[in-house]
Amino acid sequence: MGPLRRLAVFFYDFVVGDDPRIAVAVVVALGLTAVAAGAGVSAWWVMPLAVVAVLGFSIHRATEPARNRANTDRPQ
Amino acid sequence: MSRDFFLFLAVFVASLVEGVEAVTIVLAAGLTRGWRSALAGAAVASVALVATVAVLGPALTALPIDVLRLVVGALLLIFGLQWLRKAILRAGGFVAVHDEEAIFAAELAAARAVGREPRGIDGYGFTVSFKGVLLEGLEVAFIVVTFGSNQGNIPLAVLAACAAALLVIFAGVAVRAPLNRVPENTLKFAVGVMLTAYGPFWGAEGAGADWPGGDAAILVLIALTLITSFALVAATRRRYARLPAAATTPVPMT
Repeated sequence: MGPLRRLAVFFYDFVVGDDPRIAVAVVVALGLTAVAAGAGVSAWWVMPLAVVAVLGFSIHRATEPARNRANTDRPQ
Repeated sequence: MSRDFFLFLAVFVASLVEGVEAVTIVLAAGLTRGWRSALAGAAVASVALVATVAVLGPALTALPIDVLRLVVGALLLIFGLQWLRKAILRAGGFVAVHDEEAIFAAELAAARAVGREPRGIDGYGFTVSFKGVLLEGLEVAFIVVTFGSNQGNIPLAVLAACAAALLVIFAGVAVRAPLNRVPENTLKFAVGVMLTAYGPFWGAEGAGADWPGGDAAILVLIALTLITSFALVAATRRRYARLPAAATTPVPMT
C-alpha cells in the first residue's frame, strides 16, 4: 500500500471510525434538515431524532447475540 | 459564557484522556530506550500538532459561517457518536476497558525486544514516542480546531488542551508509572456526550434550521444525549448478561 493510500485509510479510520453507517446517517440527516429548512418547514427536530436512532441502531447491531456469538464483527 | 465553559470543558477532558494514553507510551519508551530519545520524539510530535492547529484553525475560520457550522457540526457529530459508541460498548462489557497497565507492559516488552543503537538518538524510542503523542494528540487537535473555530475562540481551546497536557505531564513525572487511576471511559463518555450534543446543534444551524429557545437548546440536547446513552448502557449490560459464557470475553479496542 502506497503512502497516499495509507494516509487516506488513516484519515478514513480517524474520522469515520468503526461504523461507517453513522457517518452516512449523519450526512443524510443534515441533508434532510437542509431540504426541510429550505422549503420553509420547521426542521430542528430532524437531528435529535437522527442521533437517538443512529446511536441506538449502531449499539443494537454491535451487541446482537448472534454477532457476538460468532465474534465476527467485533471492532479491533 | 456557557458556550466558552463547554468549549473549555470538552477540550480539557478530551485532552486529559488522550494525554494519559500518550504519557503511558512515552514513559515506556523513556524507561527502556532512554529519556533523550523519548522526549525528543514527544517534542517533535507536539510541534507537529501545534502546526496542525495553526494551519487548520485559520483555514476553517475563513469559511462562511453557515458552511463552517454545517461541516464542523457533521464532523463533530460523527466523531462524537464514535466516542460515545465505544464508551457505551465498554460500559456494557462488550469491549475491554482501556487498561493502561497492560498497554504499558506491552510497550515495555516490545521496546526491550528491539536491539539498541549504540549512541545518539535511539530510533526506536524516538519513533514510538513520536507516534504515540502524534496519534493520541491528533484527536485533540481535531476537537480544538473544530470546536474552537466554530465558537470563534481557538485560543481558549488551545489553552484548555495545554492545561490538560501539563496536568498529565506533571502527574506522569510524579508517579513515573501509567496513570491507571484516571477513569478514562467515564471521561470519554462525557466528551462523547458533549460532541454529540454540539454536533447536531451547529450542523442544523448550518443547514438553515432554527432552534427553539436559541442557545438554550444545547442544554436540552445534552440532556437528551445523556438519557439516550444511559438507556443504551443499561440495555447493553442486560444483553451482555444474557450472552453465553464463551462469548463474554471483551475485545480490546484502542
